[in-house]
Amino acid sequence: MSDVSLDNLDQHTADLLNAVAALSSLEELVTRESSLVGKRSVLSSLQKSLGGLTPDERRDAGARLQESRRRVTEALEARRVDLEAQERRATLDADRLDLGDVVGPTVSSPLEPGHPGIIAVTQLALEEVFVGMGFRVEDGPEVESDWYNFEALNMPPAHPARGMWDTFYLEMGEPETVVLRTHTSPTQIHLMERAVRDDALPIHAVMPGRCFRRDTPDARHLAAFHQIEGIVVDRDITFADLAGTIDAFTRAYFGPDIDSRLRPGYFPFTEPSAEFEITCTICRGEGCRTCSQTGWIELGGCGMIDPAVFAAVGIDSTTWSGFAFGFGIDRCAQMRHEIADMRALIDNDLRFVRQFS
Amino acid sequence: MKIPLSWLKEFVEIPSSLDELIATMDDLGLVVEGVEKVGEGLEDVVVARVDEIHSIEGADRIRRVVVDAGEGHLEIVCGATNFAMGDLVPLAPVGAVLPGGFAIARRTMRGVVSNGMLCSGRELGLSDDHGGLLILPPQARPGESLLHTLGLVPDVVLDISIEGNRPDAWSLLGVARDIATRLGRPLTYPALASPDGAGATREFAHAAIDAPDLCGRFTVSLVRGVTVGPSPAHLARRLTLAGMRPISNVVDASNLVMLELGQPTHAYDADLVAKRTLGVRVARSGEQITTLDGVVRPLAQPGRGLGDAGDDLVIVDGDDVIHGLAGIMGAAIGEIRDSTSEILLEAAYFDPMTIARASKRHGLRSEASHRFERGVDPELALVAAARFVELLRESSPDIEWVPSPLDVRGDVPERARVRLSDHDIERALGVALERSEVVRLLEGLNFSVRDEGDLEVVAPSARLDVRVGVEGRADVIEEIARLYSYARLPRRTPSWPQPGGWTMSQRLRRRARDVVVALGGHEVWTPTMVAESHAALTHPHARRVRVANPLAGEESILRPSLIPGLLNVAARNLERGLGGALYVEFGVVFTHPEDADEPRRARGGAGGAHEVDLPTETERLTMLLARPDDDAVRAVTIARTLLARLGWDDVVVESLDDVTPGWHPTRHARLLDGVTGAELGRVGEVDPDLVRRTSTDVSRIGLVDLDFARVAERGNSHASHARVDVPSRFPAAVMDLSFVTPNSVSADHLRRALRDATPLVESVELFDVYRGESLDKGHRSLAYALRLASKDRTLSEADLEDARRDLLTAAGELGADLRSFP
Repeated sequence: MSDVSLDNLDQHTADLLNAVAALSSLEELVTRESSLVGKRSVLSSLQKSLGGLTPDERRDAGARLQESRRRVTEALEARRVDLEAQERRATLDADRLDLGDVVGPTVSSPLEPGHPGIIAVTQLALEEVFVGMGFRVEDGPEVESDWYNFEALNMPPAHPARGMWDTFYLEMGEPETVVLRTHTSPTQIHLMERAVRDDALPIHAVMPGRCFRRDTPDARHLAAFHQIEGIVVDRDITFADLAGTIDAFTRAYFGPDIDSRLRPGYFPFTEPSAEFEITCTICRGEGCRTCSQTGWIELGGCGMIDPAVFAAVGIDSTTWSGFAFGFGIDRCAQMRHEIADMRALIDNDLRFVRQFS
Repeated sequence: MKIPLSWLKEFVEIPSSLDELIATMDDLGLVVEGVEKVGEGLEDVVVARVDEIHSIEGADRIRRVVVDAGEGHLEIVCGATNFAMGDLVPLAPVGAVLPGGFAIARRTMRGVVSNGMLCSGRELGLSDDHGGLLILPPQARPGESLLHTLGLVPDVVLDISIEGNRPDAWSLLGVARDIATRLGRPLTYPALASPDGAGATREFAHAAIDAPDLCGRFTVSLVRGVTVGPSPAHLARRLTLAGMRPISNVVDASNLVMLELGQPTHAYDADLVAKRTLGVRVARSGEQITTLDGVVRPLAQPGRGLGDAGDDLVIVDGDDVIHGLAGIMGAAIGEIRDSTSEILLEAAYFDPMTIARASKRHGLRSEASHRFERGVDPELALVAAARFVELLRESSPDIEWVPSPLDVRGDVPERARVRLSDHDIERALGVALERSEVVRLLEGLNFSVRDEGDLEVVAPSARLDVRVGVEGRADVIEEIARLYSYARLPRRTPSWPQPGGWTMSQRLRRRARDVVVALGGHEVWTPTMVAESHAALTHPHARRVRVANPLAGEESILRPSLIPGLLNVAARNLERGLGGALYVEFGVVFTHPEDADEPRRARGGAGGAHEVDLPTETERLTMLLARPDDDAVRAVTIARTLLARLGWDDVVVESLDDVTPGWHPTRHARLLDGVTGAELGRVGEVDPDLVRRTSTDVSRIGLVDLDFARVAERGNSHASHARVDVPSRFPAAVMDLSFVTPNSVSADHLRRALRDATPLVESVELFDVYRGESLDKGHRSLAYALRLASKDRTLSEADLEDARRDLLTAAGELGADLRSFP
């Protein structure tokens, strides 16, 4: 190596760049880093020698020195990236495994059983009750156009009832035309449209699924939640059938001593509309904190399908009538398992997950 | 809405039992969400006179006060200083329990015994004032009950929620009307003033509507001789109980009328309104208003809402100066002052949709906008003015309501007419109701009913929610059912011949869940809305499906994959020291329409008149194997087992040597259907760099990521074909064959080739893979166990010889040579 002097700076720089290029592993790079660009490097020694120069010389030499340091540092970082990639390649090559060669029987499956999700378990139990009552189970998409989520359900643009739902909109098309569904009701519209197209009325279906509302999560609400919706479109369906269906479901799912009742409510897509309540499952109607001493807890909404909805999908409401109902699957789970804070549902803590089977 | 019962009783006789009242209201759909008992806890509080005030040695914040509460001197320790000797103050004696449950006990402070507590307004639940004791008027008598002194009657305030189709119920009168009709009791209307004095309003003031489509009625009353001051105590208290703050007799009267009748009104100082002229027009672009809350709001700006052109209705004076955002909030000019003596009272009907849009656009909601956007009775304006004058007269007796108030009309929706037969009611409700009962219920709600065989029903002007035609019929039937009581309607469990059931893919999902759980899967639920960094892990280049109004930046993209969410769950549980697990999620992932082969399209936009592109939704079944010994090998085993159980018994695992973000580049394979070559999903490991960033507790994480819709197709095709292979009754021959093959030959392809080489093959199974120095570079040995049998005979040596030759030929075509052992 040349004498450590500013006069030989170009040579020093070239030496350093060669040394960087010669680094052959990440480990070596880390070890030598400080002697190449760090405190123990020749550049640092030269930096200290600047003190003996006149201000003009110092400015000039300082700039050259800085340029050298920049080049060496850049080279070192580039080398680091190369070496990292090289090492990753080497590791991956050493790791290479033809997954088609996996020989089945030599791997025994672990004996610890798993656990289904609480929502899935609850949803299935609800579906089983409804299937037993003659309902088919149907799925629908999570993203909908505003027409399916609102307008076909008798909520034209700016309808005040749209404010009943805090809606997430997507950046897609015109503003507020594509939404994360706020309820499972748009699936009703899809089913009715399909039945009209295929000339396949009547409809008896339940539609479970994930819905979204722009609500800051708290103990009682999550921005994403699960609902199950039911719909019957048939001849001679009356409010009595709705009340009877709600009651039959309540007893089948919650138990024979759990009663149901309807009280007037408002949904744009049903008329008459009702909220349905069931005997408080905690106190069995005696009155407790959960039910605010009333003995009843609200479960969901229901009603006779509004003629405007039938008109939107092209069903003749003088021939056909029907009802719809909907409620929260998460809420059923919360009630059944006495979960104080709904946020536990999305936390996915293993201690929580392992309690369901 | 808050309903003080003492006020409600002025309109209707309510049940004496509170529980009964609440049950009645709930059943009418006037749901009681809260019950506040006012004045409760003040029964024991008495008036006390301050006789002596002494300092306490060593204490500078409390003093010893001697009071007389009618039974001689009592010593009380008190921290307040806003009173003097002779003042009358409230005393809560030992044993009293104040509102909120605070029990008063005898206490000793700094050696002085305190025999009770002197109270502030806040401690008594009477006001927000906690600056000192509540000083009582001089006419109060020591020892007297505080409730008596203040003229307080304990009251109950119900907080009720009003449904969106009940514009008429946003008032005490509306609530009372429901109760009166249900209980068959008379409804008492509030007293109304009549115009008096000389002249006609048009001689002194002017009103105009410039937007008749958006403002259906605009009335302006001139009220003279007004003395502005505080409201009488009982009126101020009503407002307070109903949750509004008393301001002055004029403003209070306006608010009281709104609460009683549901009609918002606005009072202007007539001297501050140029030319005593009020008009209503649509705001022009570039205009702005400073509303009473001090916010400067630009007007006529199109909103984000679908089809929101930005129509703002404004109230202007004779110089076209803006005085208010119609139906929502006044401007900070023209307000009532102490010196106001003449007022212009505006009572109007505005188009509900226009108010709803403006209120949303400006993020400004008021008691008035609430009512206007639901639809105020267009015939109520001058009734409200009359009630306003009546109420204001209590505190300002000399006022004069100038005759012929200004009344300009625009377009008002027509009252709905509905024809209703007994059959219609029975068809909807499942029961025939007495016609006389139907008429009584409807008339109770101010519907006019003519019996012409069918009923000719006309909705009252307060019920703009009632539609016409079949829809109107449903609306009227709902009112009948509601007033009759849903609880009294019959119940019937319907039945139909069509069976219930699940679709095949739902059955498959269920089976898949059972299998995965049996294999150790823990089912979790990860967020649908994720952060950019999250999406970039597996889909760095895909177009994002973005939420326009996310709650937080970390939740702004619809997930393109379930993998990052599952990694998060695994990391969190490891961090909590709960160890690793096999996680599984069934969930939807999203693809931007511009990235989709065939974008999903649906009706959208106003009227459903357009087609909108929607993201493609794909259900994935994703498993993340994050237990200590998990790796790609386990993932393959699990994937094969699961797929076999779902009917995919011929799966080809084809190793991939490409770079798929998130996946381990050299431990990554496609899962293909052996028959069609369709890709069912992927299997492998998480990229080692990503594993390192996830947790230091695991060195490898296995992955199975299935396209569930594809996987479920098998169920659909299987449902139709059910042929079962009856096994051969003749003995089978077992044959082990080892082949040396280039690494590029897939073990599954070779297996399939062997299986199809001769019809004698019953089964083929890979049982060993050998790589070693004895083999050529780039080659490995694959050993298969075969069972051969024939349906019609015992196999001969010659049969086996032929079979072996066919097997070797088939293998040879794939480049596999029988392994020779030196």
